[in-house]
Amino acid sequence: MKKKSTFLMITATLGFAFLYAPIVSLVVYSFNASKLVTVWGGFSTKWYGELLDNDQILDAAFISLKIAVISATLAVVLGTIAGFCLSRFKRFRGRMALSGMVTAPLVMPEVITGLSLLLLFVAMEGLLGWPSGRGTLTVIIAHVTFCMAYVAVIVQSRLSSMDESLEEAAMDLGAKPGSLFFLVTLPLIMPAIVSGWLLSFTLSLDDLVIASFVSGPGNSTLPMVIFSKIRLGVSPEINALATLMIAAIALGVIATVFQMHRLKKNAV
Amino acid sequence: MSPAERGQQVTLEERQPFIEIKNVTKKFGDFVAVDDLSLDIYQSELFCLLGGSGSGKSTLLRMLAGFENPTHGQIVIDGVDMTDIPPWKRSINMMFQSYALFPHLTVESNIAFGLKREGVAAREIKARVQDMIDLVQLNKFAKRKPAQLSGGQRQRVALARALIKRPKVLLLDEPLGALDKKLREETQFELINIQESLGVTFVVVTHDQEEAMTLASRMAVMHEGEIQQLGLPHEVYEFPTNRFVAEFIGSVNMFEGHVVEDEPDYVMIASKEAGSHLYVSHGISCSPNQNVSVAIRPEKILMSHNKPEHDYNCCPGVVEDIAYMGNMSVFKIRLDSGKTVRITRFNRERSEDEYFTWHDKVFLTWGPTSCVVLTS
Amino acid sequence: MTTSSGAAWIASPTLKKVAQGIKKKFNWGRALVISIPTIWLAIFFLVPFLVVFKISLSTTEIAQPPYSALFAWDAEEAIAVLRLNLGNYLFLFEDTLYIDAYWSSIKIAAISTALTLVIAYPMAYAIARSHPKYRMILLALVILPFWTSFLLRVYAWMGFLKKDGVINGFLLNVGIIDQPLAIMNTDTAVYIGIIYTYLPFMILPLYTALEKLDGTLLEAAADLGATAWKTFFFVTLPLSVPGIVAGCMLVFIPAVGEFVIPALLGGSDTLMIGRVLWDEFFLNRDWPMASAVAIVMLLFLVLPIMLFRNTQGTKGENF
Repeated sequence: MKKKSTFLMITATLGFAFLYAPIVSLVVYSFNASKLVTVWGGFSTKWYGELLDNDQILDAAFISLKIAVISATLAVVLGTIAGFCLSRFKRFRGRMALSGMVTAPLVMPEVITGLSLLLLFVAMEGLLGWPSGRGTLTVIIAHVTFCMAYVAVIVQSRLSSMDESLEEAAMDLGAKPGSLFFLVTLPLIMPAIVSGWLLSFTLSLDDLVIASFVSGPGNSTLPMVIFSKIRLGVSPEINALATLMIAAIALGVIATVFQMHRLKKNAV
Repeated sequence: MSPAERGQQVTLEERQPFIEIKNVTKKFGDFVAVDDLSLDIYQSELFCLLGGSGSGKSTLLRMLAGFENPTHGQIVIDGVDMTDIPPWKRSINMMFQSYALFPHLTVESNIAFGLKREGVAAREIKARVQDMIDLVQLNKFAKRKPAQLSGGQRQRVALARALIKRPKVLLLDEPLGALDKKLREETQFELINIQESLGVTFVVVTHDQEEAMTLASRMAVMHEGEIQQLGLPHEVYEFPTNRFVAEFIGSVNMFEGHVVEDEPDYVMIASKEAGSHLYVSHGISCSPNQNVSVAIRPEKILMSHNKPEHDYNCCPGVVEDIAYMGNMSVFKIRLDSGKTVRITRFNRERSEDEYFTWHDKVFLTWGPTSCVVLTS
Repeated sequence: MTTSSGAAWIASPTLKKVAQGIKKKFNWGRALVISIPTIWLAIFFLVPFLVVFKISLSTTEIAQPPYSALFAWDAEEAIAVLRLNLGNYLFLFEDTLYIDAYWSSIKIAAISTALTLVIAYPMAYAIARSHPKYRMILLALVILPFWTSFLLRVYAWMGFLKKDGVINGFLLNVGIIDQPLAIMNTDTAVYIGIIYTYLPFMILPLYTALEKLDGTLLEAAADLGATAWKTFFFVTLPLSVPGIVAGCMLVFIPAVGEFVIPALLGGSDTLMIGRVLWDEFFLNRDWPMASAVAIVMLLFLVLPIMLFRNTQGTKGENF
């Protein structure tokens, strides 16, 4: 048993090293004065300066954040409704269809989702004149569609693990279905909704493939700009950008962990 | 005043039933949970529905609360047909098995929940919540969340929350199921006191016969969606009307036999299994030679080393096993027919005058009124 | 609140009851709630596939949009002409590129899934058997990389793997090799990229399965005389099968349609179907052909995966 646990220790350590080494190297080389990855040219923050001068990246970052916030919010609303319907309405016409459409985007390759939505937008523009052209709106629609599936799955699994008699108790005490949802169900699935929002936000902010299909000229998202830059090779500005994003995410994660900890202590 | 006495005080037939369950059937797909069941429950009763899992007792309770609609039949409460009335409009409240306390609300807000939905004035809510908190003795815990309470405290919050709307009927689903044995006994009496002081009609669902026996002023035993027997607790225990009830409640020894003498004031039953004729001192309605079962409870059987004077109700056997349980001992006696009979004896004295041990030859006997003849 | 079963009101004779039955059956508020996500998904998820199918049957044209219409209206003759071009599909099977790319995607995804499993299993096991105090922290460390940009993590590997990258620099300096290794722009780099990206997705379900494993079960096995390895093969491994299946699905499914990793880390000869579709669309601007590739992918890749997932009876454990 002793031998086995040292084996486990070593593999786990190597595994974590494998997970974190590339991220650490991104951060380290963002402070490298030399443009070459292999050469340490001394500590410098010049790439951060260049990054902040790069309007293309900053504009794209702004567009991406805007899209991510709007898509995550809409996806949470639609996904929560879908998850609620699937777990609380036992029998209704179209249940199979809804449950299929909720889970299918999870296994759909991004290239197919992207292509099919683009072709839909083109066809709709031809037929209805809406949406005219591609841009932020079409990217948001696309992101909402695939993010709501994730939200629905999270909310559904949270609801199915929740004691249904809580909702029955509220009904029994005089709450009508509408107020019941806002007074009891919603507060109780809030953790699932929050994680659904964060997941949607991340997926939207991270998406390259779908956005490449459905966005229009002049509306490049951040991943699209990054992709076009790194395709040609390593670029230290992108290292600086990556470091800033990692810092933001690390702060965000720490804040959420604290918040969750506090909520857990107060409630449940 | 024991629950049984309370039940006997009033002659039920004189009163108008408060809850009328009329030929109610509930099907889930092909499964029949409740099968053409009719039942009347009267005001201020503490009525118990006793049954195993899948007996339909919980489904019946959920239909009273309005969470399920009957497939057929009708439920009338206080003269009002409940068919189209949703749960939130019924003046019936329920205490859930899991208690279903809202984890995000404090004890106070949990109790106030029902009144707030009614739109009662804030000041009145405050006063009534305080009254309830006093009633269930939770003053110290009013600001806590359910997760910070013990099982017994949660149970009391659930009770307070269900009672605050002054319901016509309170439904209790396994109210004591989640409590440990000691607490359960205390709470049983507390529940009875609260029910008596408020006069609310209680309908309790339980699988625990002891709980049903102590709580109920009247009870029904359910099995496979039907009521097997309806009556006062001691009636159900002492005079089970069929085999299921006899075996479900308490433990029982069954002897198969057939009627040899059938007189208005007694019957004599020949039973190979018992190895003796069985004498029962009350008449039964049966045909001559009909096969019947005779049920006798373990605590009603007397055991002796010496053969009793009479020939009937006298089964010779050998002590096969003894289980010492402190206040009493359980004996397993193998009769000459091969049948094993279970008897219980209270350990009244430390050194008993008659001492029984393994492989003793013994005779079992009982009084002519102690057993029940089951024809079905 | 379940409504009464359908037969209930048919059986009841009076019309009033029938009306009641219908009223009870149709709950407008509920229908409205259900229709919101259903309609959204129908328009933006279901209908697009019909459009893709339609376009896959048309021909490329230098036009805006770059494909022909299926219906042509001949005004003089007053006849509608339906022109279906099955050529795209025929070409898919004629040109070995597409079939090769299809198999190559499955191969690459399957191999990387297997490798991911081999790496993830001991990690998940180590976390599940670690002290409860550290378990959550270790788990958080596994999930954390997932929240950082996927594109940037793949980019980090470019810096690692390229000819004058970190790994080669290190190995050359230490003196293990005297020629830089050519890892970048090969299938190996794609394997590394996929394993790296999807490792957390494999560890999580494995951890869930292994954590549930009752410690007394292992003690019982040891008590019955099983050696540590026997216990592993006959108790631990079989009991973690649900986790293995869930993890493999979570890695294989996105890997098989992957575009970014082969595009950035793979070589020009790394064939993956997602990349072929991308190139068909963005480089060749052949929308009908890209649509045909998508339809075939849908039928031969996505559909089998969905059917498999359904038979596995996924109970919301996938995320």
